[in-house]
Amino acid sequence: MGFADFAFYLFAITVVTAGLFVVVSRNPVHSVLWLILAFLSSAGLFVLLGAEFVAMLMIIVYVGAVAVLFLFVVMMLDVDFAELRGELAKFVPLAGLIGVILLMELALVFGVWQGADNAADLRDAVAPALEDTQNTAALGQLIYTKYIYLFQAAGLILLVAMIGAIVLTLRHREDVKRQNILSQIYRDPAEQMELKNVKPGQGL
Amino acid sequence: MAEFLTTGPGIALIIVAQCLAVIAFVMISLLFLVYGDRKIWAAVQMRRGPNVVGAWGLLQTVADALKYVVKEIVIPAGADKTVFMLAPMLAFVLALISWAVIPFNDTWVLADLNVAVLYVFAIGSLEVYGVIMGGWASNSKYPFLGSLRSAAQMISYEVSIGLIIIGVIISTGSLNFGDIVRAQDGNLGLFNWYWLPHLPMVFLFFISALAETNRPPFDLPEAESELVAGYQVEYSSTPFLLFMAGEYIAIFLMCALITLLFFGGWLSPIPGVADGALWMVGKMAVFFFLFAMVKAIVPRYRYDQLMRLGWKVFLPLSLAWVVIVAFLAQYQVLGGFWARWAVGG
Repeated sequence: MGFADFAFYLFAITVVTAGLFVVVSRNPVHSVLWLILAFLSSAGLFVLLGAEFVAMLMIIVYVGAVAVLFLFVVMMLDVDFAELRGELAKFVPLAGLIGVILLMELALVFGVWQGADNAADLRDAVAPALEDTQNTAALGQLIYTKYIYLFQAAGLILLVAMIGAIVLTLRHREDVKRQNILSQIYRDPAEQMELKNVKPGQGL
Repeated sequence: MAEFLTTGPGIALIIVAQCLAVIAFVMISLLFLVYGDRKIWAAVQMRRGPNVVGAWGLLQTVADALKYVVKEIVIPAGADKTVFMLAPMLAFVLALISWAVIPFNDTWVLADLNVAVLYVFAIGSLEVYGVIMGGWASNSKYPFLGSLRSAAQMISYEVSIGLIIIGVIISTGSLNFGDIVRAQDGNLGLFNWYWLPHLPMVFLFFISALAETNRPPFDLPEAESELVAGYQVEYSSTPFLLFMAGEYIAIFLMCALITLLFFGGWLSPIPGVADGALWMVGKMAVFFFLFAMVKAIVPRYRYDQLMRLGWKVFLPLSLAWVVIVAFLAQYQVLGGFWARWAVGG
């Protein structure tokens, strides 16, 4: 067993174990921490595949941003998880059924999966040769040059979703006192205050 | 002996030795950085600063570290013990492992990754976990508030740091630190470095680096006037030492990043003078001096001001700069001033 095999089994076992603990751990914050471990180990698997760019993106996006949001929400939520767990027993049969159905569907799909004869050629036709380009550059050429319109369309869809979310949640409340930064910056000292020379013993 | 070093265990031995060398460099620098920080701070406030332990107080940090180590570890009741102890270790280890890809000289680097910049950025985005975990596990109000502040702050400024780095990457055409520095080489010495083509971003990067490392004037996670010491309130002894060391190592790393990205790394500023690791370390020391001066001079920001600066000022500016640099590089304005990959500089 070489070092790569050893690393693969290490990462793979960590992913599976961490995934298991995400589900079974009693404390939801611990669940998120296990989830982070699972993400990190799958990034390790990507490195083993030679896809170091994807691995780094995995860490930056999932661990650095998504999991932080999870952690935020879970830490701030005041949900009695012990009570939720008490009701868990009721839903175990249903959840089991859904799981079995999903598994069967996957088995059906992969059982009859047939790739087109020229699939490999089609892939090779667009992908830059990995011998003379790093995979970061190859990805960049594919996404930003070859498939730029598809990429832009995906970006636009995300933008629409983002604007939609903002529009749905944005409310202007009149009864809340807000700070107007610009008006504060543009206040003119000459207009806002007046200097008076107070003579001793007289007052204004 | 030479034969042994080409076999598997021999190579492993060499790698371990190299790692130890880098860690030793960082830790020894750390001792004097903390001392220098306090001395500079004291000088600005017209105090003497540490001057008792060792000559001119040089060994003050050693004494402090020893003091932390021999004290008792206090774990608050109701704290989540595992996470409580894990947090400072995480903060320290994550701060250290970024140094694996920092080159000190041409080829003087532990791991010459193709995606070195992304690696540093990814580790930097993990560093927030030490703070969040520490604040949450303490099971106490001030640490929790501090950790929430810190998480929001570090995430906000990471965005603009990422965009600023993209500008440099566009100019270089590579994510490798060695390539980024070599692209800044030229006949003009310091005028070949990226600080000139990327001038506005140098300031933005410096300020974002301050916010990213929770350094004054953005040290709101540990604002002592509001939150006592933020996420560190409940920490004592060695765990506290690890947090503090991790913080200083992260600051030093930011100095190294500024040096590599904008100030030519190990390149000499004067044409004809030899390049070398000494230039790199010297530049890092200069930037640490700036960090220390900012801490001494600038008053602390208010939290909403900090968020506003991050999202409404820095983010649009750095985003616009990425677009501008992309155009300048693509059309090779000023003979490839922004497109070093094209002119082979």
